[in-house]
Amino acid sequence: MTQEKLLSVRNLSLEITHRGFNVVKDVSFDLEPGEIFGIVGESGSGKSLATRALISLLPPAIRKTGGQVIYKGRDITSMSEADLRAMRGAEVGLVFQEPMTSLNPSMTIGRQLEEGLILHTRDTPAERRAKILAMLERVGIRDPEGALVSYPHEFSGGMRQRIMLASVMLLKPALLIADEPTTALDAVIQRDVMELMVELTQAEGTAVLLISHDLPMVARYTTRIVVMEKGSIVEAGTTEQILETPQHPYTRKLLSSLPVRGEVRAINITSAPMVSARNIVVDYPGRKSLLKKGAAKRALYGVSIDIHEGEVVALVGGSGSGKTTLGRTIAGLVRESEGEILFQGRKRDADWKDYRLNCQMVFQDPYSSLDPRMTILALVEEALRLVPGIDRAAKKKRAYETLEEVGLSAEYALRYPHELSGGQRQRVAIARAIARRPRFLIADEPVSALDVTVRAQVLTLFSDLQKRYGFSCLFISHDLGVVEQVADRVVVMQDGRIIEQGDRDTIFDTPKEAYTRRLLSAIPALDLNETGGVKLKWRLEN
Amino acid sequence: MKRFTLNGMIGGVLVSILLIVAAIGLFWTPFDPMKLSFTARLAAPGAPHLLGTDEFGRDVLSRLMIGARASVWIGCLTVGFAVVVGTLIGLISGYARGWIDGIIMAINNALLAFPGILLALGLLAVFGANAYGIIFALGIAYTPSMARVVRGAVLSLREREFVEASKIMGNGEIYTMLRHILPNCLAPITVLATSMFGWAILSESALSFLGLGVPPPAPTWGNMLAAGRPFIEQAVWLGLFPGLCIALTLLGINLLGDALRDKLDPRMRGLK
Repeated sequence: MTQEKLLSVRNLSLEITHRGFNVVKDVSFDLEPGEIFGIVGESGSGKSLATRALISLLPPAIRKTGGQVIYKGRDITSMSEADLRAMRGAEVGLVFQEPMTSLNPSMTIGRQLEEGLILHTRDTPAERRAKILAMLERVGIRDPEGALVSYPHEFSGGMRQRIMLASVMLLKPALLIADEPTTALDAVIQRDVMELMVELTQAEGTAVLLISHDLPMVARYTTRIVVMEKGSIVEAGTTEQILETPQHPYTRKLLSSLPVRGEVRAINITSAPMVSARNIVVDYPGRKSLLKKGAAKRALYGVSIDIHEGEVVALVGGSGSGKTTLGRTIAGLVRESEGEILFQGRKRDADWKDYRLNCQMVFQDPYSSLDPRMTILALVEEALRLVPGIDRAAKKKRAYETLEEVGLSAEYALRYPHELSGGQRQRVAIARAIARRPRFLIADEPVSALDVTVRAQVLTLFSDLQKRYGFSCLFISHDLGVVEQVADRVVVMQDGRIIEQGDRDTIFDTPKEAYTRRLLSAIPALDLNETGGVKLKWRLEN
Repeated sequence: MKRFTLNGMIGGVLVSILLIVAAIGLFWTPFDPMKLSFTARLAAPGAPHLLGTDEFGRDVLSRLMIGARASVWIGCLTVGFAVVVGTLIGLISGYARGWIDGIIMAINNALLAFPGILLALGLLAVFGANAYGIIFALGIAYTPSMARVVRGAVLSLREREFVEASKIMGNGEIYTMLRHILPNCLAPITVLATSMFGWAILSESALSFLGLGVPPPAPTWGNMLAAGRPFIEQAVWLGLFPGLCIALTLLGINLLGDALRDKLDPRMRGLK
């Protein structure tokens, strides 16, 4: 190859200092100038540590044990701290996952953007200001002048990530390292931010190292990919090769974990619905000040939804669409201001006891939904506490059976939640919810906190259980891929209103609303081939 | 983790010695702690008086043993009072929120504004200077900080999803409070309770030292320390040994408290 490499990583190995345990093993890859390169792997694969080593920003407990990182012909690992500082930012820019914490909350946007320019350029204040305003405008901030004197908390997550991108691109680095840049954002905003990032970096000729667990997202924007598992690169190649003819079993597993459309099921929707919410309005009270009450914030504007026997209804929408509020209102965690909820044809409020016995919920975060001081067995047994006509021995037996059903053998029963992985915890949460055989289950983003392969397993488990017990389900998610796999019917929400609903295939194949089409354009349609590979097809927005 | 267990063991040993000595003091002491002896006034440590005698010829070791009993007893009851009342107030305040919380916390903050010892002094004037007076006074003085800590823990816990999950299961509020919220408050309660035990012993000593505690001739470490003060030049052991007892006991309690907190938290158990 005649062209000089921008970055060349050779046999990089890292270990945890105290234990001598290798977290990154013998990683090598090259980056051409202006290229978009992807590193894909699940949590614990070492992808983030490997990229931190590229700019010598390793946590103190991690030590490099071998290998070289050559940037424009110079070995970074032997550079002085002063040289490194000059390089970070000016030559290599970084965008991290969490836009909440990567911007300083006590500094105005203007000052934060200026910092890099002061450090790395000799611009006059007027020049700096002009550059910053132009960049803010380019990343789509509506009022750049106003943004200069605003603080990070005044912006949404997506906007903050745009600002972060602006601050990095101001210095026109030759390489941009983006570590899970959009994972914390919902699907639509995720896509907008990615498009912006690609457009900006292509315009400046900046190379991008894109690190993510989200294989389709990475595949969409990159030309070459490496797949990492347990600290090693298991497969490297062009994006097409890896997707269409994966060689390594782990790559195949990642690809087969991508959600695919589930079968069409016959749901009897002529009978009375299991759960029916009618004209639900929810107002969150405004903040009280000393003298007056702030205006109430309306989260739901008269929403109606029916869920039939044995039906899985997906509630989709971006953040702030009110989907979680609707779920929590139906669950009785949020009080509706107007409207009523019927359960099996009767008013929910007339018989709470019956409703609590028959309606359960699975929460998003398996780390906070299980009481850390209770054993797994106690957690599941507790769900049976109020079930009438079941004695102590029967409860224990049922708890063990349920744990078995969610794939947790008896050896887990006496462990505590912190001893389990995220996927296992979510299995416990599901076991707890189904232990009393509810007629209706509300699942609020039940798999979005999980890794790709674990997510696939938990989703399959969920579908199997749903088929076995036939409970109705309200499945809340921003991830349409997941929804495509499990839902019978899809309800799309935006700004506290339902804007479109219909059976799954209709919504996915012939969406009517522009917003639904935007949601769908963020996820690929998969075309599986016989070698275990896939072809991704992206839906057009229009 | 190993450091914790070593510290925990040191703490455990110190506290066990205190408890054992206090227990033995119930039935047996080398000499009668009240018996005056003009032939053996201000005897230096040695045989037969191992830790010497005071200005009335009373055996210091025997008096320390009786004093340990008083310290343990006062410390336990004071802390017990503060833990029970403070936790109850904190739970109610944090769980109810709204105006109930407002009123309770207003009173609580008013009490917190006084230094503990000053509040205890004021209350002692009401209850009278004796062991029960001290227990009540110190108990009331310590309750606000316990209530505050528990309320804070409850406020953050009640927003957690496992509390909502309990609600979804149809569990009552009192059940949820006792089963899910209270056990998760145990760590801060334990830590605060152990340091309070230390404060109580120290405050009792201070109050006795000032002459407002358990009245002489009944020995406590505090009033022994006070009584030893005028003789510090001739008989340093009169002040030294009670002071050492207080210091070592406090050290032991604090070390044990840290170890206990880690033990009580299942999340710390798996760590090596």
